[in-house]
Amino acid sequence: MGELLTIDNISVDYGAIRALKSVSMHVNEGDIVCLIGANGAGKSTLLKSIVGLVPLSEGEIKYKGELISSVKHKVSTDNIAKRGIALVPEGRRVFADMTVEENLDMGAFLVKDPAVIAKRKKEMYEFFPILEARKKQKTRSLSGGEQQMMAIARALMSAPTLLLLDEPGLGLAPLIVQEIFRKITLINKENNLTVFLVEQNARMALKNSTEGYVMENGNIVLEAPSKDLLVNEKVKRAYLGS
Amino acid sequence: MFFQHFTNGLTLGGIYALIALGYTMVYGILKFINFAHGDILMVGAYIGMFSFNFFRGDAPLGAWTFFSFVLAMIVSAAFCAFLGMFIERVAYKPLRHASRLAPLLSAIGVSFILSNGAAWLWGTQSKKFDYPFDNTPLMIGGVAITPHQILILVVSLILMVVLKLFVDRTRLGKAMRATSLDQDTALLMGINVNQVISLTFAIGSALAAIGGILIAFDYKCYPTLGMMTGLKAFVAAVAGGIGNITGAMLGGILLGLLETFGVAILGIPMGYKDTIAFAILILILLVKPEGLLGKREKEKV
Repeated sequence: MGELLTIDNISVDYGAIRALKSVSMHVNEGDIVCLIGANGAGKSTLLKSIVGLVPLSEGEIKYKGELISSVKHKVSTDNIAKRGIALVPEGRRVFADMTVEENLDMGAFLVKDPAVIAKRKKEMYEFFPILEARKKQKTRSLSGGEQQMMAIARALMSAPTLLLLDEPGLGLAPLIVQEIFRKITLINKENNLTVFLVEQNARMALKNSTEGYVMENGNIVLEAPSKDLLVNEKVKRAYLGS
Repeated sequence: MFFQHFTNGLTLGGIYALIALGYTMVYGILKFINFAHGDILMVGAYIGMFSFNFFRGDAPLGAWTFFSFVLAMIVSAAFCAFLGMFIERVAYKPLRHASRLAPLLSAIGVSFILSNGAAWLWGTQSKKFDYPFDNTPLMIGGVAITPHQILILVVSLILMVVLKLFVDRTRLGKAMRATSLDQDTALLMGINVNQVISLTFAIGSALAAIGGILIAFDYKCYPTLGMMTGLKAFVAAVAGGIGNITGAMLGGILLGLLETFGVAILGIPMGYKDTIAFAILILILLVKPEGLLGKREKEKV
């Protein structure tokens, strides 16, 4: 299994505040990698820097061995999407005034063949049956959990190689969070889709991933297989509440 | 009499609607009022007139003059589409991350450049735009309607239906709506937002060019032709709910009807006709600050 994503010593500044401090990480093909950390640790900033929504002050990011972001060179966000990275953004960011079906169409914007789009939509409706029932509804009328499923389905419509998820469990009932994580592991196994997710719900994230990173104040402080982090004393004390 | 005023109001409103669409589409995506939009309609009127005269040559009224006119509309729409994209690229795009006031000032600057440029190139004297057909009114069910009015109704109806279908049904039209709802997320979908913005300016400016041609028959072509009409179309866009395409159509038609009925029924002197437009704007905004079909903007965090 090769290295799909390589983050090499990147720093990101918001004005005078350094949000990421020389962060290095890597994501291997076929893995589910999770990054846990408290609110404000810099997790979302890291995902945004991968898709080119925030500029780097230092370091570089490589995807499939090709440079996609550095201080001097930045591939635009739409072109990063073209290369096969899809992000399910924080807070879902559904197109609220568009129907579920139209949102899925937008997820497949880069797919030109209508037959392929129709086939993928069908797959998504089988995978998330609630979306089929809601397909003609404006997305704003969906519940939080339904919107999260729709945001994931929308990202999958482009058949990405790497799926980035920003807090898929945020603000949702525990049962729904469980359901969403079950789906994520299923997609990972069945489609061999590489997943990199960021989550405050450390237990859920570590249980459903292969590799784990811990971020504090813009630094990576721990890195280990997820099953080891689950029993790590420091992680248990700070993030698992035991 | 009612139907007569209704017809007159509807034709006037159709033109306002065509022009209002440009304001509203650009606002929907960039949250900015393109104050040069009115001047684009003026340029559209001039280009339409010049190309019509060129294609027509010395031909007397007939099928050829009408065909020349259709050709002139296409030439003018295409010219203004490029002009709109060019203005966006040169005067607005570099300011996209500046304060919200900067592109607004830039737009006012562009507006002056266009109207003064027109005065310099084509003179300040108004130039007549000849009808491409015999404009004797026809009597239809007791209503006198000129071929010019029929043209306005047909053209504006077709363009609005086509635009609505484009935005609702096509891949690019949906991408345009997605971009106006959430630019970053649109980028994540692989949508080239810069292209969508260019396309928005192209469509808006082409519609303005057609609107400009349609009013130039009545008002002739002169460098400040776009000022009052542009302002009223802006009023229509805001009253309908700025950023909302159906709202702009509704606002335009409503404004046209109210202006006509205000003069005809309320007996407001012709000279105060424009006062009505702005009084309505104030009234609508007092009752519904977001416009008829607009959505209350939530402050983004």
